[in-house]
Amino acid sequence: MSARRLLRFNMLTGMVLGVAGFFIGWWLGKFVGGPSLDYFDDTQQNDIALFTAYLVGVIGFLVGLGFANYPIQRMLGKPPSLREKETGGWGRYFSLCTDHKVVGIQYLWGIGAFIFIGGLNAMLIRFELLTPNQHGWNGNNYLTLVGVHGTMMMGMMTSGILGPFANYLVPIMIGARRMAFPRIEALTFWLLMAAGWILMTTFAFGGFPSGWTGYEPLADQANLGMDAYVAFFALVGLSMTLLGLNMIVTIITMRAPGMTWTRLPMFVWGTISTAVLMALAAPVLISTLLMVMMDRTAQSNFFNPQMGGSPYLYENLFWFFGHPEVYILALPGMGILLEIIPVFARKPVWGYRLAVTGMLGIGLLSFLVWQHHLFMSGMNADVRPFYMLSTELISLPTGFIFISALGTLWRGQIRLTVPMLFMLAWIFNFLIGGLSGVFLSDVPSDTTTHGSFFSMAHFHYTIMGGLLFAFFGGIYYWVPKMTGYRLNDRLGKWHFWIMFLSFNSTFGPLLVIGFLGMPRRAVTYAGYLQGANMWVSISAFVLGASMLLFLVNFVWSLVFAQVPAGDNPWASKSIEFQLPSPVPVHNFDRIPTFNPDPYPYGEGVTAGAAQRPAITPARPER
Amino acid sequence: MKLVGVGAVVAAIAALIAAYIVFLTHGPTPFKPAVAQAGTQKSVNLTLQTVAAVGPKLAPNENWVSYLVQENGVWHRSTVWTLPANATVHVTLYNYDGQSGLRNPFLAQSRGLIGDAFTLNGKSMSSIDPDAASHTFAIPDLNVIVPIFGVADDAKNQCDFAPCDPSMAHETVKFSFKTGKKGHYRWQCFVPCAAGFLYGFGGPMQTIGYMDGFINVV
Amino acid sequence: MWSRYSHGARLAALTTIGTIIVLPIMIFVLGPNMPPGKGTDVAKSQVFDNTVLLIIMTPFTVFILVYVLYSVFVFRADKDDPLRDGAHIRGHMPSQIAWLTVTTITVLFLAIFGSAELLSNGSGSGQGPNPVSTEKNAIPVQVIGQQWEFTYRYPTYGGVETAQLVLPVNHPIEFHVTSLDAIHSFWAYELGVKADANPGVDNVAFVTPHTMRTFQIRCAELCGLWHGYMYDTGKVVSDSQFTSWINGQRKLYAATQKYLPPYATTYAPDPEDRAG
Repeated sequence: MSARRLLRFNMLTGMVLGVAGFFIGWWLGKFVGGPSLDYFDDTQQNDIALFTAYLVGVIGFLVGLGFANYPIQRMLGKPPSLREKETGGWGRYFSLCTDHKVVGIQYLWGIGAFIFIGGLNAMLIRFELLTPNQHGWNGNNYLTLVGVHGTMMMGMMTSGILGPFANYLVPIMIGARRMAFPRIEALTFWLLMAAGWILMTTFAFGGFPSGWTGYEPLADQANLGMDAYVAFFALVGLSMTLLGLNMIVTIITMRAPGMTWTRLPMFVWGTISTAVLMALAAPVLISTLLMVMMDRTAQSNFFNPQMGGSPYLYENLFWFFGHPEVYILALPGMGILLEIIPVFARKPVWGYRLAVTGMLGIGLLSFLVWQHHLFMSGMNADVRPFYMLSTELISLPTGFIFISALGTLWRGQIRLTVPMLFMLAWIFNFLIGGLSGVFLSDVPSDTTTHGSFFSMAHFHYTIMGGLLFAFFGGIYYWVPKMTGYRLNDRLGKWHFWIMFLSFNSTFGPLLVIGFLGMPRRAVTYAGYLQGANMWVSISAFVLGASMLLFLVNFVWSLVFAQVPAGDNPWASKSIEFQLPSPVPVHNFDRIPTFNPDPYPYGEGVTAGAAQRPAITPARPER
Repeated sequence: MKLVGVGAVVAAIAALIAAYIVFLTHGPTPFKPAVAQAGTQKSVNLTLQTVAAVGPKLAPNENWVSYLVQENGVWHRSTVWTLPANATVHVTLYNYDGQSGLRNPFLAQSRGLIGDAFTLNGKSMSSIDPDAASHTFAIPDLNVIVPIFGVADDAKNQCDFAPCDPSMAHETVKFSFKTGKKGHYRWQCFVPCAAGFLYGFGGPMQTIGYMDGFINVV
Repeated sequence: MWSRYSHGARLAALTTIGTIIVLPIMIFVLGPNMPPGKGTDVAKSQVFDNTVLLIIMTPFTVFILVYVLYSVFVFRADKDDPLRDGAHIRGHMPSQIAWLTVTTITVLFLAIFGSAELLSNGSGSGQGPNPVSTEKNAIPVQVIGQQWEFTYRYPTYGGVETAQLVLPVNHPIEFHVTSLDAIHSFWAYELGVKADANPGVDNVAFVTPHTMRTFQIRCAELCGLWHGYMYDTGKVVSDSQFTSWINGQRKLYAATQKYLPPYATTYAPDPEDRAG
């Protein structure tokens, strides 16, 4: 049954058509662009050919996966098929499947794989930084390693929680059987995979020297490999926009009757705040990259000051996207934090409305702070105090999230399970990340720390210490529900402790090293910083080893040990844990009636609302 | 069965990572010129050539400008050189490339050379007209820089593809500098000579093996 | 005795003790030794600014860390009945209001304090072509960033361009930072100065060095292949040493002087764009 499905449109046919499309596009680009522009001859770099190759390649990939089937069927007058491949075996994980749960698991594996590639690059970067002189990678390659690490991580982690977890859980949490646009949901996943492969091709074309921020005019000078960066981020931007829109429409329109806004689980609030940011900020990225592409191919001069353009234009456009982007990274982690802590403290969320206000406030303010990345750039000096104020103000709604989490711990019954450990670590890491952010937002302090390793350690504390820890917490918490198998508890605790301690051992000293004068992305540094850098590199290797430990746990538990998790391994009262593990295709036999209290924990309350589990009935009679 | 499957995947991933690392470390092999020793004084002779287009035989990018180094009469495309410490390096450079001009005319004056001068076609001088510069040879960490005079646009018999021979139009520049302590120093060209790239600073100007390289002083 | 007090009282006590221990370390040990040191006026004001930030952050950090550790130890689940529910507290308006008030006041104070510091002397940061915090009678020094070296021009000394940065002590210096190609960033670490070198832009930063010393200059914005090698060492010397140095440089570079374009705050050099 499933083998036959595999013979139809799937990932393999997608890749075949994708590669074919790449060569067709290349030929097309050479035919269109080659003869007309001398500089292609001089530089041996036909950017037009590479961009058209990527474009036609992606189209071929999507057609090969079967995305064109539905429109073509409809145009030929055939009846619509609303659901594709939702039943059937493991083959559906390698093809276009409209079951939101399958898409969630596809995302988990796909993003996981690319994150490991990004992490490998990080290990290689730290290897180079063991000594103050260049000793490891051939000259141009260090900058490409830095660039691919940053770009891959940013592109993948943006959808890092919305992709795997929101896609899987949001319909369940709001009482729906599917997302609003299931085919678009699958599209966002496959676009992201295509993007990831495109980024890896940068090595075949000479890499790119600009880091993940792609500053012009350096990006204009760069070799062919820069086009891979542009294409990657454009596809990621498209995937983000569609994912955000899908989430917003689903959460607004497909909530079951009785699931009012004040009953939404915190995770869903985190998702919708993130989704709004995605839908609004990602299009700016796409347009910016379009301009970069035009500068590189059609010889326009958007960012070339000698011909009337301005590098400032790029900096502002990029960071107008870039700042909401980092809150896109932070908000889902906050959603997971406030989703998991109530379960393991067995208390309702403390200050639910305050926390929601915090999330929405962060989302709103995130659009008003972007010039803090430009404090030293020679921007208008009169405007800097405004951005200093707006950036400092963001710590207010962030503080609401903190106090909500802390309040939920108050007089709770705390169980230190692996997911809970990750949440507590989130609080610690994000605290340090946030405080270092206060230093950076203060312009006098920023004079020393901008562009240094202090800035790098700040965002690693918030993105890695915050988001990635929440990501792992979510994995340990929800994978038993998604797959039906437990992850080994003891290995999980080893993973947590090694990861937490080595993470702080890596990035804590980097805060200091940055303050001591080491700029970012530089392959050499002053000799007196060697000892500190060696310590950091070795801690980073241990951190990498903890990830391998996680992989061992993941593969062992899911492939070999396969200990059944049962429906509710965490004794959670939230809705997804009232359903079987793994969740059946149709989610619920009957659309549930929701408990007015999304976190019905807490003793000393009259029985009734608080004692009922999250949905009624929990399981219908068969 | 599962074990075999998982084992195969792990082996494949390990092989991919190994290939990746090999790819990243693969780079130009250092060229080590012969060292002559007279008493305690070490000296090295380095013969270089700069060309307008390196040609399909020597590089994948045939229209890129490049430095070449001569070893036993044969020209190699190598920009990573191993030189002895505390030695005098005598460089003879044949330039076959045309004039591009410096973005910063300050760099048309030589620095850090023995005798504070270089010879251009036999004449000794310490600076040239910046608009006539074709390349520079500069080791910023040793504060060494030499501007390289370019072949005039209307010169006859210009070289098409490397390696070029002395019968074609060229300018000869000779200079000497001292290497000091051991170390790993980068060198680069400062003239925007990468045709077709923005500000002339892309492509060969940012790729080791063409207009950039390392001096390993051992 | 310990159990006589409520959780809140215990937390308050622990936080106070923690703050009392850490705060003096911040004020007396860490603060005064914060980078970038005390060699210039802007560096000193940055150190003061950083010290104030550390002082303000200390109580918050101590409170949150103490709170989390306390909760994890004291509010642990019963071993015999781990699934027993905790207290049903949905929120506590007075706490929320208190938190909101305290954090708002802190944030507003930090913003106002930071702005005051910034506007008083510019904090060594690049202020663009129209700086708002200037110093009178400053010696202009232009820093030209190019791929991949910094060069320096002294317009009041005949517009001479040099490969080294030397400054006279106790004089205000007005840096004009610009670039000839990609975006670089002039970071003179011990001076406490950072200004991006943007092509076509004149980025002005002010500093008055008070100590004679050498200082590191590093490029702080990724600018291509040799970004990591784009560093230099500058010197702050006495007036007489500076005068003799600059006269020496003018003699040394007299030949190239005639080729240099007249001093300007930005340059658009030939050959431009994609020429070869």
